[in-house]
Amino acid sequence: METLLNRYRNITVLLLVIFAQLVLIAVQVRNDRDVRMVRIWSVTAITPLAKVLETVRGGTSGFFRNYILMHDAREDNRRLQAELDRLKMENQFLKGEISTADRAKALVAFQQRTQSRTIAARVIAAGAGANSKVVFLDRGSAAGVERGMPVVTPDGIVGKVIAAYPTASEVMLITDPEFAAGVVSQKNHVVGTLKGQGQSACKVEYVPSEEKVEVGETFYTSGDDRIFPKGFPVGVVRVVRPSSPYQEVLVEPSGLERGLEAVLIVLEGVHQAIPEVPPANAPMYLGTPPPQAPEEQATQPAGPAGTDADKLVQKYRQIGAAENHKFGEGGPGTKPPDFNIKVPPPGSDTETRGHGDAENPPNGQSPAKPAKPQGASNQAGAAKTGASASPRPRVPASQQPPQDQ
Amino acid sequence: MTEYGDRYLVGNQREQVSRFRARVMLFVPLAAILFQVYVPRFDFLGFLAYLEMPLLVTIYFALMRRSQIGGLFIGAFIGLAQDSLSIKQPLGMFGIVDTLVGYFAASVGLRIDVEHSVIRFLLTFFFYFFHQFLYWVLARGLLGRQVAFEIQLTLVLGLLNAVVGVTLFHFLDKLREPA
Repeated sequence: METLLNRYRNITVLLLVIFAQLVLIAVQVRNDRDVRMVRIWSVTAITPLAKVLETVRGGTSGFFRNYILMHDAREDNRRLQAELDRLKMENQFLKGEISTADRAKALVAFQQRTQSRTIAARVIAAGAGANSKVVFLDRGSAAGVERGMPVVTPDGIVGKVIAAYPTASEVMLITDPEFAAGVVSQKNHVVGTLKGQGQSACKVEYVPSEEKVEVGETFYTSGDDRIFPKGFPVGVVRVVRPSSPYQEVLVEPSGLERGLEAVLIVLEGVHQAIPEVPPANAPMYLGTPPPQAPEEQATQPAGPAGTDADKLVQKYRQIGAAENHKFGEGGPGTKPPDFNIKVPPPGSDTETRGHGDAENPPNGQSPAKPAKPQGASNQAGAAKTGASASPRPRVPASQQPPQDQ
Repeated sequence: MTEYGDRYLVGNQREQVSRFRARVMLFVPLAAILFQVYVPRFDFLGFLAYLEMPLLVTIYFALMRRSQIGGLFIGAFIGLAQDSLSIKQPLGMFGIVDTLVGYFAASVGLRIDVEHSVIRFLLTFFFYFFHQFLYWVLARGLLGRQVAFEIQLTLVLGLLNAVVGVTLFHFLDKLREPA
């Protein structure tokens, strides 16, 4: 160090003297804004260094902060991933719950609409065998279930009770090879016998080759087997193979399409008419109507319910009728009807439909009980009238109360 | 550089280091500064204001003493004194310029023979130009003054100061202590 200073002593002294005089100048001189040069020089000399230092400090602290944040982000990511998985499972569970609720809702609607006396039950177990086509329901003899009672869903028949225990019952599905039921086609009323095959499809036997059965046609229960009441949907024809003396007809059971969770056990069956119109492929279940204001509920008659859109359409029709206006007629510019006039609430003047009781059932319902299902209760309870089941426009035709035939 | 050339330009450094009495080192710069500030007051001597006597004295002492530190301190002293006597001139402007002139003049005096009149003339001319140019740079850079630098005038005045300087140096040589 000393050698270095000795070597550069002259230049060092020169720089010191120059620097001292620079400071001297800086202290004396002010710029045009009356700021001393020493201040300007100091700021000019210091601020770039401060800027560099701040940049380095900010970058360093930012790096460490980002590192810490990334570290936390990794933990957050792991936690959020776990939460996402949990929510996915919860979502699946809730979807299942919604599906179950929809089915239960449809089941209730069907239960209210059908004339047969039914009891809802849940599938609680399946048969132990690999090819077992047997399920267990949570309703047994204690609830009035007896051997031989049919089991149905709004979509179609499911099977029949083969054993009734106090708290549960065993049901043979229609896909079981030993299952058999009398069926009739919807279009040409071709009668046959539905038999399970141990597969997803069932077979309709004893259909003469000269009878006309179409693919896509729906088979209904014929009531001939004295188990299933007439008029319950069975399934849709998927395959028709001509053969002699009987055709080979394969039917896809409609009651098993959506899986089995909740079913109805028909305690006392009532024959129903076979609808003219085949059921829609995808039945639409109506939810509960939207909540209404108390005063609105008071003004609403206990007539046919419907959606708000249905009520609005009905109201507009009434307005059009009151003003002799026909919707769809008249060109642009014609005077529209006055939608502000007072009209009776929708449904107040409509005919009450779909109501009846066991003795005086609505349209086409067979007032007399059909052949009582084997093993059914002997109690002559009135068939479910469906008094609270008002007509629902979007319910599939197969689930509508049958019309007169 | 040949051995002869080295001897011609550098010579025997020990023999060529000039020594001056302290009163000479003090009186001569003061006289030069006094000349710089006092003589131009007379109208008939106004042309003498173009003579940079403090600068010439600085160059002389720096060249003859052949000490960089001594040269820069001589320059700093004379420059600061010149600044202190100048109106509206911040202290340090001439100080910095004369410090650098003294340092570089001493550096040159270490390497070449400064006894020769031609060398003295050239060095005086060069350092005058360097002095003026450096002052212009500092005035613009440090003080932000928009001053002009007239090269032709500076060159002419440099020649004038060089002539005066060679003559002055001849008289100052008489004040050296005998070896």
